[in-house]
Amino acid sequence: MAPSKETLGWMYRTMVTSRRYENAIEKIYLEGKTPVFNMARGPIPGEMHLSNGQEPVAVGVCAHLKPEDIVTATHRPHHQAIAKGVDLDRMTAEIFGKATGLSGGRGGHMHLFDADVNFACSGIIAQGMGPAVGGALSRKMQGKPGVAVAFIGESAANQGAFHEAMNLAAVWKLPMICVIEDNAWGISVAKRTSTSVEHNHVRAASYGIPGHYVSGNDPWKIYEVAGEAIARARAGEGPTLIEAETYRLAGHFMGDTEGYRPKGEKQALFERDPIPAMRKRLEAEGTFTAAELDGLEAEAAAAVDAAIRFARESADPKPEDALTAVFA
Amino acid sequence: MENERKLTIARAMAEAVAQEMRVDPSVFVMGEDIAELGGVYGNTRGLLDEFGKDRIRDTPISETAFIGAAVGAAQDGMRPVVELMFVDFFGVCFDAIYNLMAKNIYFSGGNFKVPMVLMTSTGGGYSDGGQHSQCVYGTFAHLPGMKVVCPSNAYDAKGLMTAAIRDDSPVIYMFHKGLQGMGWLGTEPGANVHVPEEAYEVEIGKAAIVREGGDVTIVSLAQGVHHALKAAKTLEADGISAEVVDLRSLVPLDRETVLKSVAKTGRLIVVDEDYHSYGVTGEIIATVAEHDLAALKAPPRRIAFPDVPIPFARVMEQYCLPNPDKIVAAAREICPAGAPAA
Repeated sequence: MAPSKETLGWMYRTMVTSRRYENAIEKIYLEGKTPVFNMARGPIPGEMHLSNGQEPVAVGVCAHLKPEDIVTATHRPHHQAIAKGVDLDRMTAEIFGKATGLSGGRGGHMHLFDADVNFACSGIIAQGMGPAVGGALSRKMQGKPGVAVAFIGESAANQGAFHEAMNLAAVWKLPMICVIEDNAWGISVAKRTSTSVEHNHVRAASYGIPGHYVSGNDPWKIYEVAGEAIARARAGEGPTLIEAETYRLAGHFMGDTEGYRPKGEKQALFERDPIPAMRKRLEAEGTFTAAELDGLEAEAAAAVDAAIRFARESADPKPEDALTAVFA
Repeated sequence: MENERKLTIARAMAEAVAQEMRVDPSVFVMGEDIAELGGVYGNTRGLLDEFGKDRIRDTPISETAFIGAAVGAAQDGMRPVVELMFVDFFGVCFDAIYNLMAKNIYFSGGNFKVPMVLMTSTGGGYSDGGQHSQCVYGTFAHLPGMKVVCPSNAYDAKGLMTAAIRDDSPVIYMFHKGLQGMGWLGTEPGANVHVPEEAYEVEIGKAAIVREGGDVTIVSLAQGVHHALKAAKTLEADGISAEVVDLRSLVPLDRETVLKSVAKTGRLIVVDEDYHSYGVTGEIIATVAEHDLAALKAPPRRIAFPDVPIPFARVMEQYCLPNPDKIVAAAREICPAGAPAA
């Protein structure tokens, strides 16, 4: 199933929003952290994992999702959150640690929770697998519509939680989809040195479920494969494992000097940057005019600017509010 | 009363779960051997027949997956009751427990609720070795975000289970194997008490004075409460009047009841089957010391499991476990001989 023009417009605008967002965050993150890098300083302290280059997977999958569908995401969650429709202003305020943040500054960039669109993420590898299975179980038991998507990185497929959860989702035939964003690197460890199979989608065979591989970081292909898997889940036919090749155009975290990358790898990846590639194809196929695409980019830029402004202008939380919201 | 209906803790737990399941379709149970078998400790017996496989789910041996799944289901409006067969097994799934279950309410600023109960068995004394006999109460109580309850009798077991299921926060429900009323694990008759048929709650976070006394306060939980009651009886013959506080909950901890009792008696013994250091005993004594050191007429004492893995050999394990004799000896050391009963 090919995406409609409207969907393609949403996908492109969302990818651009995500990229511009990361570029803005990157700049602000470095405020106060130069000339000597100190993670604790600046308007955005702590670790920062940017998603530049991985946008196609998030939009190709989330284009099929509704607010009621559940997403669990990773420590690198911004593109997934934006694609799932998390409130950008409040998400940004959370990343800044402000009172107006999604959770009033208690979570930070690795712990974004938006109940309105059923989005959650967490900071430990493969951690979202169990909750996604549980969300899918909940929908099945309640007879309520909705599927659960667990986004993970390729290194998470080596975690016990991944295998346990896939088996459980399969044995209970739950409406769950696991999407592996394969950026080929677990921090500094290359996939080929950590993973016993060339492609993780083959592991689906051990759970008796379909597994698909999507090459080329291609939003069209991801859209198509995800659409099938999600339709299958909605029809009660059980879980699917999708492995999508993607590119990590940034370091694992900001401050990562990436000395472990082979020479020339980064440059080759930038030449395959999926955003200019998508724009080129949309224009070449006549789906959008250059002016229309400029318009989508302007919308994306405006949304990012507004979110950053909202976060900057928001107040810090009251320190003593740290002691609240431990229990419901 | 002669016609009182007495239940074991196992049956009281199952009754509480069944009553909540009848009125609330979001409640369901999952865990290893909890359906066909009725739970290895009998606390889900009969539930499969009444509620069927969809709501009483045997799981694979995948604690990380099914406890993580319980978190996801709880966040989505369900009220899962999950069983971790032995608390010792927390080592394979603690990430789902303390990094997800315990933190997601806070990380979401209260926008996500995690109404789930994790019931798990504790305790030794039957030579099951050091991976099937631990209590680790302090480990769970130490980490924020989980309520922790540990009943000593069937009345509290039912009321605490009902309260735990209805709570919008995660509750660790720790039941002691020696109190379950399962013949093969030994039986503590004092745990089998009258249990009303109707549903009721025992408030989480409220201790109980289970025996009044004036000379020494013995604070304990779960099986330790029964040791304390036996010791108190022996001490009575010595003219030492012991008050016994059953904590019932570790989180929230009812510090008020402990402080009030110690203010009255001036002496404190804390009994805990968990390891000696960094645990419940230290927390209770610190609570008293911080509040009013002058309330203590004698140094407080703690009777806990020594800081060693739990040994297998009967004589070694019994040497390490708390028992009434150890409590009596400690009380005699800190109470003036032949002190008149209060």
